[in-house]
Amino acid sequence: MRFKPGKIALSIAAPVFAAVFSLAVSSASLLATNKSPREAFSLMWEFGSGAGSLMEAVNLATSYYIAAIAIALTFRAGLFNIGVEGQLRLGSLFAAYFGAMIVLPPVLHILAIFLIAMFVGGLWASIAAYMKVKRGVSEVISTIMLNSVAGGVSAYLLSKHFMVKVEGSNDLATKPLPASGQFPDLMPVLKKLGVEEQPGGGVYGMLLVAIVLGIAFWFVVNRTRFGFELRSSGMNPIAARVSGVNSKKMTFIALVASGAIAGLAGLPTLLGDTHSYTLGFRGGVGFTAIAIALLGRNSAVGMAISALLFGFLEVASRTLELIDIAPETYVIMQGSILLSAVIAYEVVRRYQLTLQSHALAKAGDK
Amino acid sequence: MLEKGKLSGMRRTIIIFFGIIAILSIIRVATGASDLTSVGTAQAALLLSVPIVLAALGGLFAERAGVVNIGLEGMMIMGAWAGGFMGSKHGPWVGLLAAIFFGAVGALVHAIATITFGVDHVVSGVAINIIAAGLVRYISTILAQGGSWPGPSQSPDVEPIGQNGLPILSGGKYFGWQSPDILNSIGEKNWFLISDISRVLRGLTGELSYVTMIAVALVPISYYILWKTSFGLRLRSTGESPIAAESLGVNVYAMKYWGVLLSGGFAGLGGGFLAIVAANHYQENQIGGRGYIGLAAMLFGNWRPGGLLAGSALFGFADALQLRDSAAIHALLLLIVAFLLFAAWRSFKKGQRIATIVALALAGFFAWFFVAFEELPGQLVTMTPYLATLIVLSLASQRLRGPAAAGLPYRRGGLK
Repeated sequence: MRFKPGKIALSIAAPVFAAVFSLAVSSASLLATNKSPREAFSLMWEFGSGAGSLMEAVNLATSYYIAAIAIALTFRAGLFNIGVEGQLRLGSLFAAYFGAMIVLPPVLHILAIFLIAMFVGGLWASIAAYMKVKRGVSEVISTIMLNSVAGGVSAYLLSKHFMVKVEGSNDLATKPLPASGQFPDLMPVLKKLGVEEQPGGGVYGMLLVAIVLGIAFWFVVNRTRFGFELRSSGMNPIAARVSGVNSKKMTFIALVASGAIAGLAGLPTLLGDTHSYTLGFRGGVGFTAIAIALLGRNSAVGMAISALLFGFLEVASRTLELIDIAPETYVIMQGSILLSAVIAYEVVRRYQLTLQSHALAKAGDK
Repeated sequence: MLEKGKLSGMRRTIIIFFGIIAILSIIRVATGASDLTSVGTAQAALLLSVPIVLAALGGLFAERAGVVNIGLEGMMIMGAWAGGFMGSKHGPWVGLLAAIFFGAVGALVHAIATITFGVDHVVSGVAINIIAAGLVRYISTILAQGGSWPGPSQSPDVEPIGQNGLPILSGGKYFGWQSPDILNSIGEKNWFLISDISRVLRGLTGELSYVTMIAVALVPISYYILWKTSFGLRLRSTGESPIAAESLGVNVYAMKYWGVLLSGGFAGLGGGFLAIVAANHYQENQIGGRGYIGLAAMLFGNWRPGGLLAGSALFGFADALQLRDSAAIHALLLLIVAFLLFAAWRSFKKGQRIATIVALALAGFFAWFFVAFEELPGQLVTMTPYLATLIVLSLASQRLRGPAAAGLPYRRGGLK
């Protein structure tokens, strides 16, 4: 108990180091192009902390967070699902297509769309799961390949089968969801709390789903027998097998469940904003979510903070165009945060181990 | 003993090579998809195999030193970008050197993270891929804003690199002497099989870019370095058992650094090749997962140079067909069905019921596909190389054994 203040300081040390390092790298890259980092950062802060920008950042973070949970679930089982991108793409496409076809009362309709998206995402992930368990194919490679295949399949299905003509637009899109299939906005609730309405703004109702998912993730992984078996088959498959855990079964379940959650990750945009799947459906969520899961150390709270941070950086950097800085600056920031964070976490972990062994040695001397 | 084994391996390779051409010629005659064995397809297949070979060699050096390098993709991106950037300014050869250098810079980051700091190899590699893609987009946007690049996703053009063919057989040009082109004239005769073979050989030996020659030569060179030199023995020993290697006086950290840096150099060259030789400028998304496919080719080749060459050739061929002629891909579906039926029969004999059913179902699916579509839709044709990777890996991967300590963090003195 005596070490507690030090422990807290240590656990904060890594993220703080990562933030400082990332600021240094992005400042350096701005200076290298003859721009003033101070001006850039203050502009980003000014724009990003406005209510409208914050709402948009939260909306972006909602998708990121759900996708990050999907990835973290496999990390906890000692696996790596890089296929979230493909799973969420196919999940969204099928959810949009069948969601617009079925007729159901409001709440049931949304639930049905959830089920479709989860089923398709899980089914797609089950290909990689089957190949891993039965044929020993690394899920890292197979899910990456399946991402490319999903890209081709979804483009084909959309343009040849699922598309409807949109008046006055060249974009291919599925039929829009009826009102009963659209997730209501949180704006009415927020207004009661004294938040003013923003032009073009609003907060996706799916935020609530993301929060529930986060809590469920924490509970299932840390507080249930299933979660214990999942983690133990990830940490030490041989020990897990000896103690009666079927690690192949856990591998299969973890990948399929991850795919099912990934299927949901496209829905905040679909149900809250676009209401139809288009050719230009927001891409890259699955990859950004990898960074978020790593940065948040696969913990429900950590990933929420990282998702919000990434959303904030993405929205705030849009203003940089005003002073002739490439808005892609945020990618540099996100990347350097990620790399320095994973290194810092590792250094801190080693330092903690050293501290522990010193403490043990001292206790042994007495 | 070893020599004998190698010889029969060589003979087997030749038999398999000609066997595949024979099967392709039969399919060509049966379906009329003449591009299956044309000179152009063989040329394109070689051109598209080279970046994958280079990526796979990169993966080989890293994994033989015990470091898994998922970051190959990012290092190829850096290489391609550098190739376009420096190549358009100072000529193609400088561009290629810059590509190697930038690939190695990406690898240095990976090496510091994984070897010095002990970060999980896959995590670090994925981080590098994300960062590399973002970094080149950032710099390209700035270059486009400054007006020196035509757009944020494309570099100015790079001058082409010279090419030549084999003398006598494939019509090369030497010191002003134009040699005859025997293979081509046989190829045009349209004798069954003989012409097919000479067309493929003509495609593989004629009008080669000098970089292609270097890249192909790197395969035996890598074999020599890894298996015939003391450096190679040390490098491989750190991938199999770093503790044993350390106890024999090998500097494990240094060997791992060498392996990863060479790996990045190969990957960078592969990226530079795509930008400078396969295209004539850098373009965003040019790599398109070839780093991962290279890794898959290395797995398929059982962590051996010869094997990864075969794997890369397979993916290069699939890629060439999808780019040139979707009718040929359509014909190839028959081959996939045959493969799957064979797999089903094998697992049936072993009594694996589920595997049999899965293989049969897939065979049925592809057969239906062959019948249902006269011509494959473009969106589906583009995914051929990725599907080929999946199918090949799931057919091959259970007999594969990589270096024992690949992917494990190593600390001197056994500290965690």
